[in-house]
Amino acid sequence: MSSSNWAREALAVLAKDIRSEYRTRYAFSAVLLFAVTALAVVSFSVSPYSLDADVQAAFLWIVLFFSAMTGLSRSFVREEESRTAMSLRLTTAPEAVYMGKLLFNIALQAAVAAVVVPLFLVLMDIAPTHPGLLAWATILGTLALASSSTIIAAIVSRANAKGAIFAVLAFPVTLPGLSSAIRATTAALRGEAGSGLGLVAGVAGPAGAAGDLRSLAAYTVLMIASSLLLFDFVWDD
Amino acid sequence: MLDPLTGQGGFELIVDSVSKSYGARRVLRDVTARAGAGQVLVIAGPNGSGKSTLIKIVARLIRPTNGRVLWKLDGRALTAADVRRAIGMVSPDLTFYDELSAIENLRFFAQVRGLSATPEFVKSLLDRFGLRGRSGDLVGAYSSGMKQRLKFAFALMHNPPLLLLDEPTANLDERGIALVYDTIAQARLCKCVVIATNEPEEVRLGDVIIQLGA
Repeated sequence: MSSSNWAREALAVLAKDIRSEYRTRYAFSAVLLFAVTALAVVSFSVSPYSLDADVQAAFLWIVLFFSAMTGLSRSFVREEESRTAMSLRLTTAPEAVYMGKLLFNIALQAAVAAVVVPLFLVLMDIAPTHPGLLAWATILGTLALASSSTIIAAIVSRANAKGAIFAVLAFPVTLPGLSSAIRATTAALRGEAGSGLGLVAGVAGPAGAAGDLRSLAAYTVLMIASSLLLFDFVWDD
Repeated sequence: MLDPLTGQGGFELIVDSVSKSYGARRVLRDVTARAGAGQVLVIAGPNGSGKSTLIKIVARLIRPTNGRVLWKLDGRALTAADVRRAIGMVSPDLTFYDELSAIENLRFFAQVRGLSATPEFVKSLLDRFGLRGRSGDLVGAYSSGMKQRLKFAFALMHNPPLLLLDEPTANLDERGIALVYDTIAQARLCKCVVIATNEPEEVRLGDVIIQLGA
């Protein structure tokens, strides 16, 4: 299949998913409700000043991780449960289905992060020392979470015991990306002297964070590449 | 790449010793058949005999445990992508997006099939199957008979050389059934049509018949 066909099909799947989501609020409501509730409960019950930067960063990514796990898995599960997966299989190349779902999950997770991260900073009364680094950690962490949860969702959607398999798969697959995102976020929140990341012009931060951002980018590329190779087997019977 | 508009005459479907088991339960055993363009292959049998399983294997939706299915055009075996373009399917298991209208559903499937998804094209499809007046309604609000008509519009939108019909007249009224028989009569002139059914009237349409046991 030519790349233009492939891209056209993937964009059609993305547009269809956005339209469906806009009409039903199937995933966004659940994700946002979870994220805002978790943020509010912790910020009201724990004094933000009592938490170190690493705990704050871990808390932020726990919220984003469980938001992703709550909502992003639905993209495939819903196709299977409503039995629309059959019409997709009959008409659309597997790689285009994967890419369309990945793009939708990236958009959904980015929308959640756009709400959660500013809310987190306000509720926890945090002024990040390196806002540029925080932005990059959020962007790359979002891509990493979306890429891993998309293929996990595809696998889980074909299983009978969806809950059990999801938990078993999600933990080891997302851990490397998640730990890099937490470390980079910790560096962004902690008031350490900037030494220049050398990754993106104008983004300053502790030197060690550059490695974490590169790890996140590499993890995302690896997840997408391996998912494209695996997806045919997952999607077909 | 297969061009369904020109590639119908030399189309051939070969089902070669196909068996399918789910665990210890054997659903199909050594099924063999061959049909080409201009022929109707009927898969007949009582409920639970494996008709839908076989038609899904032919549609490449599930894999056989043993044996193989070949889709050929002018003697050349088709690739997976070509098979997708070559197949139009109606099945009780086929479902559309309830939250989208009939037009939006068909436009989406036209787009992923690389067809011109103009409103005129989609409306002409819906008109052909008597759905024009309700084309803007959400599919979730459709009756089961209207959904069945929409499945035919979906199956025929790309003029495929292989038409797979699993219980094609299910949920249809008399006019709908007449429309389906007219569609089959037109399709058999140039396409290979596979029908899974236990309706005697539909079994009689077959040039080749696979009779499955219980």
